[in-house]
Amino acid sequence: MSTPTGLTRTPLRRFLDYAVLSVLAFVFALPVLYLFMGSLKPSDEVLNGLSGFLPTHLSFDNYANVLSSLNSDSTGYFWRFMGISLLLAFVVVTGGLFVNSMAAYGLSRLKWRGRNAVFTLILLLMLVPFESVAVPLFYMFNDQRNTLFIQALPFIANAFSVYQFHTFFRSIPPSIEEAARLDGAGPWRTFFAIIVPMSKPAFASVAILTFLTQWGSFLWPVLMVSDPSVRPLPLEMSVFQAQLPPDWGQILAFGVLLVLPVLIVFAFFQRWFVQGVASSAVKG
Amino acid sequence: MKSVEPAHAAPPAREQAPPVTDVKPARPARPGRRNRDWLHGLLMSTPAVAGLIAFVGIPFCYAVVLSVHNVRLGSPLEPTFFGLEQYRRLFTDPDMSGPFLRSLLNNLTFAVVVVPVQTGLALGLAILLNRKLKAIGVFRSLFFMPVVFPMALVAVIWRLILARSDQGMLNSALDAVSFGNWGAFDWLGDSATAMASIIVLSIWQGVGFQMVILLAGLQQIPGELYEAAELDRAGRWQQFRHVTLPGIRGTLVFVVMLTSVLSFRVFDQVYVLVKGGGLNEDATRTVMYQAVTTAFDQNNVGQAAAITVVFFLIVVALTLIQRRVVRPDNED
Repeated sequence: MSTPTGLTRTPLRRFLDYAVLSVLAFVFALPVLYLFMGSLKPSDEVLNGLSGFLPTHLSFDNYANVLSSLNSDSTGYFWRFMGISLLLAFVVVTGGLFVNSMAAYGLSRLKWRGRNAVFTLILLLMLVPFESVAVPLFYMFNDQRNTLFIQALPFIANAFSVYQFHTFFRSIPPSIEEAARLDGAGPWRTFFAIIVPMSKPAFASVAILTFLTQWGSFLWPVLMVSDPSVRPLPLEMSVFQAQLPPDWGQILAFGVLLVLPVLIVFAFFQRWFVQGVASSAVKG
Repeated sequence: MKSVEPAHAAPPAREQAPPVTDVKPARPARPGRRNRDWLHGLLMSTPAVAGLIAFVGIPFCYAVVLSVHNVRLGSPLEPTFFGLEQYRRLFTDPDMSGPFLRSLLNNLTFAVVVVPVQTGLALGLAILLNRKLKAIGVFRSLFFMPVVFPMALVAVIWRLILARSDQGMLNSALDAVSFGNWGAFDWLGDSATAMASIIVLSIWQGVGFQMVILLAGLQQIPGELYEAAELDRAGRWQQFRHVTLPGIRGTLVFVVMLTSVLSFRVFDQVYVLVKGGGLNEDATRTVMYQAVTTAFDQNNVGQAAAITVVFFLIVVALTLIQRRVVRPDNED
């Protein structure tokens, strides 16, 4: 059996590899296991020493309780928090893919005076972390607090996404576009009909990175959202876990519901995601 | 936009569309099209550039403006020009510089530990996982999984694991191992271990991301290099030093840069745990936490903006220094 490291692997070595990996993986997975196990246990058994892992008294009661306790105007509606997070993620991801890929194409494949200046500007803006504009943004849009649009709009245009698309588009052979242009396609048709379909891996990886960031987005909602009717899920999670006395079973069930959509997306697009992250990083 | 533009560009190009075998007529088509490329290029990049200027460029300049003013949220008084007073207070006024300098120090501690430890761990994992074993994909996914967990949730899980009661996961594990000699310990509340707790949960969440990037770097090293090294009787350590490390140098640099910038941006986990989990606030407040609480709880927008500017300068300095130091091969 050939191995990437070139070392010959005896059965014993292979066994050791598995052993080391399994131990590490087990330690690594413990917090996740604890989350899922705890979400299925009565609250008084969650914070109960090592028996928190034991699969006794499992039931879905916590999930039912979360959904029923977050089901009124005063406590907020669980499905509403979920819906807001999904809507925001959808708008930011699709809007971002459209706007950022188009910009990257205009900057990487069309030759025009000033494109280098614009690209340099984008690279400079990439240096600015969101955290360092959060406070002035918060002050600028103070009268827009508790709206949906201010939660999504600042995150659609994204310098890093432009950069990722730019890197990918540069690797496309120019002959493809030349052929398209000879057939009479203008830059827009060339982009939407030819470049976009052949850039699926780039779109997938940018989409997933954007989705991940947006789904976990916390700082901006902390500043901008106080009204439960427009509150996204992670913010509600922090409100929910801070209540006294804490109901651990329900808190963990809430956590599972928060992470489940990402886990599903991850399960489906894992390969593209890993490829995309890795390739843009190695080139960049 | 999309429907209008091709209509302008298409007809002239179509008139001149040559038979495929003939190459020459393609040339005259080019200058005409190229003349319009500036328009299309500009139109295509406008939405993203406009968004970036509106939500990154302008707010950033505005941060500088706010930081030299005395601006208070919800105050009937008009903002007044303040000069560098906010900065002076941040660094020398005992009332305000205390928490701020503490937050800088905490950030520094966090970065100094997280950058090497997390990168080293990620490299170790990547090397372990860079093998053709059965089910290796399952292991890779397992180590990557925490990356998809929102920090707000990670903080809550670890709040339970590190709970101060003797029923907390870590405490009862230690109790079992030490045969009852180790009692309940308040990991999050004790100032000596609060930052360590934040570091552990942050590394747990983030290491998979770095691991994936390093794994990709490792896979670009040609296998023949290892075979050659083995023929030269290089041991595993020598192979690592002379083949692996040089082979992933660029990737490693990227990972270190990314980790140090990200480690300065730490906020979510601290905020969630301080607000709900009995985290020692003083030992863990980070610069971003300080900026948010200053703006939000104390309504002192001017000073928060000053913190923001300092924060930005640190992050940029970090990025630039690392570009210089770790990438000499790129300079001519």
